[in-house]
Amino acid sequence: MKISGSEAIIKCLLEENVDLIYGYPGGAIMPFYDSLYHFQDKINHVLVRHEQGATHAAQGYSRSSGKVGVVIATSGPGATNLVTGIADAQIDSTPMVCITGQVSSNLLGSDAFQETDIIGITTPITKWNYQITKASEIASIFSKAFYIARSGRPGPVLIDITKDAQFEMTDFLYKKHKKLRSYNPKPEISDNSISDACTLINKAKKPFIIFGQGVILANAEEEFRVLMEKTGIPSAWTILGLSAVATDHPLNVGMVGMHGNYGPNVLTNECDLLIAIGMRFDDRVTGNLNHYAKQAKIIHLEIDPAEINKNVKVDVAVLGDLKNTLPKIIEKVEEKKHEKWLQKFRDLNHIEYDKVIKDDLFPKKEKITMGEVIHQINIATKGNAIIVTDVGQHQMVACRYAKFNESKSNITSGGLGTMGFALPAAIGAKMGAPKREVIAIIGDGGFQMTIQELGTIFQTGVPVKIVVLNNDFLGMVRQWQQLFFDKRYSSTEMVNPDFVAIANGYQIESERVSKRENLKESIQKMIDSPNPFFMEVVVGKEDNVFPMIPTGESVSNMRLS
Amino acid sequence: MEKKENYTVSIYTENNIGLLNRISAIFLKRHINIDTINSSPSEIEQIYRFVIVVKVSESDIKKIITQIEKQIEVIAAFFHTDQETIFQESALYKVKSKSLFEERHIQNIIKNSHAKIVTVSPEFFVIEKTGFREETEKLYKDLAPYGLLQFVRSGRISVTKEPLNITEILNEK
Repeated sequence: MKISGSEAIIKCLLEENVDLIYGYPGGAIMPFYDSLYHFQDKINHVLVRHEQGATHAAQGYSRSSGKVGVVIATSGPGATNLVTGIADAQIDSTPMVCITGQVSSNLLGSDAFQETDIIGITTPITKWNYQITKASEIASIFSKAFYIARSGRPGPVLIDITKDAQFEMTDFLYKKHKKLRSYNPKPEISDNSISDACTLINKAKKPFIIFGQGVILANAEEEFRVLMEKTGIPSAWTILGLSAVATDHPLNVGMVGMHGNYGPNVLTNECDLLIAIGMRFDDRVTGNLNHYAKQAKIIHLEIDPAEINKNVKVDVAVLGDLKNTLPKIIEKVEEKKHEKWLQKFRDLNHIEYDKVIKDDLFPKKEKITMGEVIHQINIATKGNAIIVTDVGQHQMVACRYAKFNESKSNITSGGLGTMGFALPAAIGAKMGAPKREVIAIIGDGGFQMTIQELGTIFQTGVPVKIVVLNNDFLGMVRQWQQLFFDKRYSSTEMVNPDFVAIANGYQIESERVSKRENLKESIQKMIDSPNPFFMEVVVGKEDNVFPMIPTGESVSNMRLS
Repeated sequence: MEKKENYTVSIYTENNIGLLNRISAIFLKRHINIDTINSSPSEIEQIYRFVIVVKVSESDIKKIITQIEKQIEVIAAFFHTDQETIFQESALYKVKSKSLFEERHIQNIIKNSHAKIVTVSPEFFVIEKTGFREETEKLYKDLAPYGLLQFVRSGRISVTKEPLNITEILNEK
């Protein structure tokens, strides 16, 4: 029996166990939406308020559930509005399949109404993309798309489908892709690289691990914890590695990078062995590469060959899926403790505690600090919440201080640094993990970049908790202007609306906190609410995030004030 | 600064629309100018071969190769120095027929350069020369004074001295 192309798309989604999609209708995708009408009991379509919101929601969904996020949009502006989210998913390795409508194939290239070359536009920011012009291609291309998006190092895939292909009738036979001759998602593991790595690990006196999101993407949290505990090696997280092991684990020594912790940053330049696990030596992690871990041997465990020796030249590259490589390493490494070396991290972190953290979490000044908000949220949630952050000061503070007991709990825009990410991502995160508490922490700038998604929360009733840390500034840029541009606050001050009134307009229960004595109680009220909840916290206008590695400086030259 | 050198990049790919964009985007991203580019069927049915010449440092070309290989429909990518490859470029020169018959000298130029006359018509004739860049350029300079109606040169085509075991790579994957 023949079915329409648009119905074939839905059948593909069902074959891939997709029951939730984020999207926005429009002319060139109308046949799909018409078919969807008959499958509403099988596929929940979340109508966002802007296509960018759909991409971030799909990312949040993917990051909390581990599944592929699916986005649907029309041609032209619908498709171009996806670009930021696709770029974000590409750099943060988030599996996502975006489906865009396209003008009919006979109109391609004619500058038809709402025609845009979305394949050309998204080529550099997708793992793969493809334009379907015949309904008969749909089954095999969708199967390929899902396979590519979720295998190996995950990433976004875009499928553009002409309107006539959605109408065209076709036979439907779905076969799951398991292999592509030009694609090798799981590099073969070299036994030599494993034994070379183990020799270095067993010999090292001052070994140090940096773990990234690769651990989470490989579902290798347990293997990683076993390796860490068996070898007794102090371990630090990159921003996207956060929550792969419990933040309170005694071997977890904090965050590396520009606003990370003092111990792991300074001691990067003192360790004799640096073991990079599922991370990619981003410039925000390494600072000046000419002064980065030059004294150390370096082992890189990584699934993507293009990351090996890209930024940092390594001594041993262990290519492969961490789920497979970590057990092989665990088997060969000796059980050890590095108490004295570990104590060095603790000592340096103690200096940071005295000079920075104490005043952040238990401030004596009048205004509320971002740090104490996170601290109170930790207490209220006992570290069991998913925290979704936007980009800027609040993000750094949240990633420094938030406590996590479970993996897949820290959702943030790491590589691209996309302001506006958090609100829609929180919607997706809650839908991907409905039993968990999801709290979005957002600055007043980023909140207004995707503020329209309050409408999606209103319509779906998805019970996300939103905390806007309001300093009436684009805080991170203002901090740089203060430190590096002689306090010339060029276009960073914001005249903000009444956020509580806006939330009320969407009938979202809301609260504004500007006094310390009300903070704890309001957070508790927010946590206790079974509904969406909005909370604005007025924080110090010109507070800064420290410690900090200024751009171009070495990780060991971290400023504490 | 690391020394820049000419590298010939050989890329074996599936035959898909848009792949050229995907490959050239990797050079664009790094602000690298492509000197020449050629795409054609390879020795294996249904598999295409790109030959791209760029001038970059060795450490850059290594990173570029891994980023090209990372593209889903790329089967394998390699880079070689000029010494490691056999390479040629082809050029076509269109000259007024009048010059050929009136200027005896031009006949010597063609003979000495081992160029081939492809077509002769009452109005124009077309000369073809395959060789190294210096050779096609020398012929260009020699012919220019007599009035070139058109000139075009192909991208570099090249084979490597070492074997490239694409069939084996395909079987492994």
